[in-house]
Amino acid sequence: MKGNIKLIDENGKRVDGRYPNEMRRLRIEAGVLKNADGSALVELGNNKILVAVYGPHEAIPKYVAEPDRAVIRCRYSMAPFSVDERKSPNPSRREIELSMVIRQALEPAVFLNEYPRTMIDVFIEVLEADGGTRTASITAAAVALADAGIAMRDLVSAIAIGKVDGRLVVDLNGIEDQYGEGDMPIAMMPQLNYVTLFQADGVFTPQEIEEAFRMVSDPIKKVYREQKKALKKKYEEVVEEVEKNE
Amino acid sequence: MSEAKSAGVLSLLKRELILAGLKRGEREDGRKLDEFRNIEVITGYVGKAEGSALVKVGDTKVLAGVKVDVGSPFPDTPEMGVQIVNAEFIPVASPVFEPGPPGEDAIELARVIDRGLRSAEAVDLSSLVIVPGSKVWTIFIDIYPLDHYGNLIDASGLAAMAALLDTKIPSATMENGTLKISEEKKPLPVNTRVVYVTVAKIDDYMILDPSFEEELAADARVTYAINEDMNICGIQKGGSGAFKVKELLDARDMALEAAPKLFEKLPPAGKA
Repeated sequence: MKGNIKLIDENGKRVDGRYPNEMRRLRIEAGVLKNADGSALVELGNNKILVAVYGPHEAIPKYVAEPDRAVIRCRYSMAPFSVDERKSPNPSRREIELSMVIRQALEPAVFLNEYPRTMIDVFIEVLEADGGTRTASITAAAVALADAGIAMRDLVSAIAIGKVDGRLVVDLNGIEDQYGEGDMPIAMMPQLNYVTLFQADGVFTPQEIEEAFRMVSDPIKKVYREQKKALKKKYEEVVEEVEKNE
Repeated sequence: MSEAKSAGVLSLLKRELILAGLKRGEREDGRKLDEFRNIEVITGYVGKAEGSALVKVGDTKVLAGVKVDVGSPFPDTPEMGVQIVNAEFIPVASPVFEPGPPGEDAIELARVIDRGLRSAEAVDLSSLVIVPGSKVWTIFIDIYPLDHYGNLIDASGLAAMAALLDTKIPSATMENGTLKISEEKKPLPVNTRVVYVTVAKIDDYMILDPSFEEELAADARVTYAINEDMNICGIQKGGSGAFKVKELLDARDMALEAAPKLFEKLPPAGKA
């Protein structure tokens, strides 16, 4: 149970050898699926998240359409083999809540009014989970939306701040999430400097909330750089391909 | 019933009216921006429940009931009781609620209340073990909004907490391999009380305890769960808008300031 396992050693390093302010290796690839209008694969440590964006297309069912804007249909889903004990493929209450908060984290960044009466699908499949799937999902979904060519105000970049052994750390892994004292996922539009997802469980002092926002700023920028890099890389590859065929 | 109430949408004109009021520091019902409506907490409302509470926040009414049962612990916590929070948005409460299984809003509400209670360790789950690893008490907290006039999260939080404080559980023992449950009941052990304070953002204005129409006008909301040490034991941002960091910190301060007034409305926490 909580607090029984030492998560930061005497050298100040965490269970996977990271320092408190260090995030896990992040790898982002845009345009990984052929059918989808936009897609992305994100690996954050051991997390593997695949996102497909379809649309804007006709709203299904029709009554969900809004006369002045697009609606986003977002589904966050974990594969049965993504976790230690098989997860039933039926949507859990957790997945239903996460689908909603992820949608609400993306909505502020999309120019929804550009696409009235339509629907934009954001399908998130967690292929492997190891703590921080919702933040990695948002990071991936923002890249997939941009990859689909959907008009956006900004990307959305996300990472969690957590509390282990009484200290704030960046980007909890699965073990830290399970045995740590708290988890505070944060998503931001990094250019506009708005927070679009903000949740927490565990106990935090009021000052720790402020500290968390200070601490999250650099990792958010790092995620943002990686997202842009992935989007550019896809087009660089297209250019290379074209030049080769000329 | 107003148009907004039945349709779940707000006319742009009405939103402008609410905003114009906020600019003058006024709200439609005469409250200040950081003022709650009248709060009333009635415990023991349902006799058959092990604990219950009816909470009124202005015209919003929420009923919470606690039932207890002997069940199995989760494999990873063999020496802990089980806490389950569920919410049903029953159609009596609002024309925007439909019959059927809980939708995403009801699931979110239940999970936000659950996280706050769990993070604060409000219910002393470690004292609910009958046979370690096989038999523990399961505490079911069911939240029923009865009349939805805004701010269901804060009202549901008060109802759930008050119902837990009202809960009495029988004592159970194993005798020669059979479970014996005695008629004698004792109060459910509660470590700390928790309150939930939601701040709604309408344009650049932040308000406490939004009414139904204010909720429809709001861009986003953020809820802080607060324990008796005045620490934060849960956060949930909701709605399709976004916050500046400073706004979230201001909301935190508003929530911390309002929390003692909500604690006053709850019965005291009694250890078993």
